[in-house]
Amino acid sequence: MTQPEVTGAGPSVEGSRQARPPSARELERQAVRRRLKLRQIVIATMVTVVVTVGLALLVVSSPGWDRVRDYFLSWSHARDSFAAIAEGFWINIRIFLIAEPCVLILGALVAIARQTTSPWLAPLRLLATGYTDLFRGVPSILVVVICGIGIPALGLSGVTSSLFWLTTFALVLCYGAYVAEVFRAGILSIHPTQVASAEALALTHTQTMRFVVLPQAVRRVVPPLMNDLVSLQKDTALISAVGVFEALRAAQDYQGYNFNGTPLLVAATYFLIVAVPLTRLTDWLMRRQIEKEQGR
Amino acid sequence: MNGPMNGAMNGAMTGPGLLEAKGLRKAYRDRIVLDDLDLSVAEHDVVCLIGASGSGKSTLLRCLNLLETIDDGIITFDGREISDPLVDPRSVRREIGMVFQAYNLFPHLSVLDNCTLAQVRVHGVRPDEAADRARQLLARFGLADKADAHPDALSGGQQQRVALVRAMCTQPRLLLLDEITAALDPELVGEVLEIVRAEAEAGTTLVLATHEMSFAREVATKVCFLDGGRVLEQGPPEQLFGDPVEERTRAFLARVRS
Repeated sequence: MTQPEVTGAGPSVEGSRQARPPSARELERQAVRRRLKLRQIVIATMVTVVVTVGLALLVVSSPGWDRVRDYFLSWSHARDSFAAIAEGFWINIRIFLIAEPCVLILGALVAIARQTTSPWLAPLRLLATGYTDLFRGVPSILVVVICGIGIPALGLSGVTSSLFWLTTFALVLCYGAYVAEVFRAGILSIHPTQVASAEALALTHTQTMRFVVLPQAVRRVVPPLMNDLVSLQKDTALISAVGVFEALRAAQDYQGYNFNGTPLLVAATYFLIVAVPLTRLTDWLMRRQIEKEQGR
Repeated sequence: MNGPMNGAMNGAMTGPGLLEAKGLRKAYRDRIVLDDLDLSVAEHDVVCLIGASGSGKSTLLRCLNLLETIDDGIITFDGREISDPLVDPRSVRREIGMVFQAYNLFPHLSVLDNCTLAQVRVHGVRPDEAADRARQLLARFGLADKADAHPDALSGGQQQRVALVRAMCTQPRLLLLDEITAALDPELVGEVLEIVRAEAEAGTTLVLATHEMSFAREVATKVCFLDGGRVLEQGPPEQLFGDPVEERTRAFLARVRS
């Protein structure tokens, strides 16, 4: 900071002003605000504790609780199944990591395709619309089964018969359709004046999309997008339907051999461990972005 | 409600202040926007805030109806300190109307619904009464045929007139106008100011930030020149525009008149 600071308030006499101590009334107000804040924290904590404890007591005091605990909360079974489920979960993670970017790209492309206006692209628009209608309408598990069993059965040369890739493909197809609609909603929510001002700068339709509409649209749809991505992460468990040994399948396998359901909870914990930090992270990124844009 | 018994042009600065601000301070990070600002508004006053961009006019208005939390100072409205954190801001805003530079109408509601929303939901007016009142005001300001239109379908001047009607529908005791003509074409400015003039003459208490010097001169009972986050000079329009004391005021007026 070698330059003297210039404020937006025009030529003004800076310097001694900042140092002035707050008035007694302001200090009093700050104390009141602190007290209010503290009260809010206390209330929030108490309500949370009471509700949590209440729910816990309700569950624990239920007549079947002992049986449920023996079946689902066995520490030894949790320990024994831990490694097998971890191995399975690694498949879920890999599928998720591959499918996620593919879903985002496919969804964006389909959404953009539906917003094109050129008459030459009419078939593309039709295809995009048909695709979203079809794959949003069919249960994901059916798509997974059809892809996992149907495609290899065709016996096409050069097409993989790896269940891993086929089921990943199926999930991308399903979620691409959802995400496309999320993107499209975002695009439609951008006020027409934005397009007008971009066109007034002589930007092409594509440039308007790329530099003006999409950046704003994406920002606006981050929460629902996160929704779909977390949902995708969970739905990687659907591939167990064609016999891939991912986390759920591994847990069920253990459950079948040992007559104990604890591994199911272990698998659930794995999914949570990934999903919760992911949503927290996005929330934080969003808040930071908003603060930056509003110059706070 | 506010009978015109007091008139608008008698420079009523003696009566008990409806709104008093003392030693207001507001900073965003290191940028000081309001710096020990004092302002007094009596009932039926029309106070015009003038000053360069960034002199704190908008921030002051936003602080007055508690859209911004002040960093120091005291604001009293009708004898009650509203800068107290224990005061419910909504109880203050029920009594104070505000109109923004960018209209800020709700685009998903029709003009009529924009005008009835607060009446019905905040003030508990019956929907048909609220609609009657809104239609009456809309008609008075030449918007009768726009009641069922949506804001985006209106011109800027029309939108701003709707925003004024929306603010006036709840019969606020004080109306804050934040450069409401700054985004308008010159030819549309007149139709908006006409409403403000009518309100001022009817005795509504107004505080407005404005760049329209001739308008300020005409309707104001008091003009405040803001500079560097303070009221540098204030007085009746004849004095402030005719014979300003401060060098900065002269310089500003010379700049905006040229």
